[in-house]
Amino acid sequence: MKILVLVKRVLDFNVKVRVKADESGVDLTNLKMSMNPFDEIAVEEAVRLKEKAVATDVLAVSIGPAQAQDTLRTALAMGVDRALLINTDEDLQPLAVAKLVATLAGSEKPDLILMGKQAIDGDNNAVGQIVAALLDCPQATFASSIEIEQDQATVIREVDGGLQTISVDLPAVITTDLRLNEPRFASLPNIMKARKKPIEIKSAAAFGVDLAPRLQVLRVSEPPRRKAGIMVDTAADLVGRLHSEAGVL
Amino acid sequence: MAVLVIADHRGATLHEATTRTVHAALRICGEVDVVVLGTRAQEAAQTAATICGVRQVLAAEDVADLVEAEEAALVPLAEHYEAILAPSTSVGKDLIPRLAGRLDVAPISDVVEVVDAKTFVRPIYASNALETIRTSDAKVLATVRHTIFPPAGKGSPCAVKIIAASAAPTTSRLMSAQQAKSDRPELGSARIVVSGGRALGSEAEFRAVLEPLADKLGAAIGASRAAVDAGYAPNDSQIGQTGKIVAPDLYIAIGISGAIQHLAGIKDAKVIVAINKDPEAPIFQIADYGLIGEYQSVIPALMVELDNVGR
Repeated sequence: MKILVLVKRVLDFNVKVRVKADESGVDLTNLKMSMNPFDEIAVEEAVRLKEKAVATDVLAVSIGPAQAQDTLRTALAMGVDRALLINTDEDLQPLAVAKLVATLAGSEKPDLILMGKQAIDGDNNAVGQIVAALLDCPQATFASSIEIEQDQATVIREVDGGLQTISVDLPAVITTDLRLNEPRFASLPNIMKARKKPIEIKSAAAFGVDLAPRLQVLRVSEPPRRKAGIMVDTAADLVGRLHSEAGVL
Repeated sequence: MAVLVIADHRGATLHEATTRTVHAALRICGEVDVVVLGTRAQEAAQTAATICGVRQVLAAEDVADLVEAEEAALVPLAEHYEAILAPSTSVGKDLIPRLAGRLDVAPISDVVEVVDAKTFVRPIYASNALETIRTSDAKVLATVRHTIFPPAGKGSPCAVKIIAASAAPTTSRLMSAQQAKSDRPELGSARIVVSGGRALGSEAEFRAVLEPLADKLGAAIGASRAAVDAGYAPNDSQIGQTGKIVAPDLYIAIGISGAIQHLAGIKDAKVIVAINKDPEAPIFQIADYGLIGEYQSVIPALMVELDNVGR
């Protein structure tokens, strides 16, 4: 079985984003970038499926600038077999990203496409679902458990109010949620080995799909700040204020 | 042209997120239809028909509760609408981008403000920034962060039209659903939410501390990601960037330090109360009322004081 796993280079989850003063976007200059945490979970799952001999070939794909090769090196160090950078300096929107992935899937013919349920920069939660629509294949979003048996996947999904189990025919798109697994830390020898592995690079433009943004960003602004309130010393004071001052009891 | 709102419902019960999404839809255009798909859709449609401002309700029962079946039912309807909206529930988030992909439209996630029919505001970076975007697509497909919008009022019922479902692919099957049963209000729409963090130490302690307080206040129970990851609380109680977004009148955080991604989920609460033994906990920087102390002594005292004000 062949797995295609998508990884995005994003602002590290521990770093607070800064909005540019002219409100044209966010300022990522000199900030630490990492693999999107949800994609890390997807890579871990792909590598585990390989270790269980369910998967035979795991291809990690990143779409982004040349620096996204760092993210692919991380995936290689975690245990994926191959890495492909679809190179672009544009900040592509989910529809364009999905079109690239669907086109790639047309030639790579993966049985399973894995990725995080959302990237923590744009917070769109959209690419997996669009890819599934473009490929006309089933999708299982927000996965917290994946079992593969022959040409089907049984997936437990995290949905409002509980869990849902669905079975999907392969090929399928599965997007990963937080509790699917705990990604491994790549060992130093594996990190060293990953440095020597080849990364294939293709230009996004060479895919011949429409990459033009459909959504024009007019401005990016700071949300209204909540300011710190007051400290109280006792439960009695707290309840008194909630009752009479805030009026919420 | 008109706007179509995809209802969220659990069997015969219409999810409150639907009427809040209708409120957002009415900001785009005055002609709003609601479509209800799946098990017991006709009963839920009766409730949808009483939402103020709705022109008509469409209902189809013979649609499996699976995204591919819902997509197949919606594609033929799409040409009649300039915008299709769903609440940002797990159903809406699953469905809208897929439908958008099918229609070659760029989906818009988590709308928090409708500027005009083509221009919307949405949060990015865990709500640490807001982007205003204008779509150039002929059609808008969007999920709405429903907790931000008030429910549309109630009116006299409009017509309910039964529609035939299209044949759906059979490549997915629903095997089982484990819905957490609770007498408490739903987390996404509760007026009061009490929430616990990893400081509570165990599942038993989490329940022993939060449940009596929630019962007394008629509150929903939430949890930080750390508490959920540690197994103290079920996954669907997680509040934050990647869990539920809540906007109650009163949010009481107990033993929650306030990681960026948790704060993203509570920013729109009217009043935030933080109870934590660590005076440096980041949650105090955004709380309206902070109380430094061990929950073991603060919560029992709080229970007594709530009795005193008749809660």
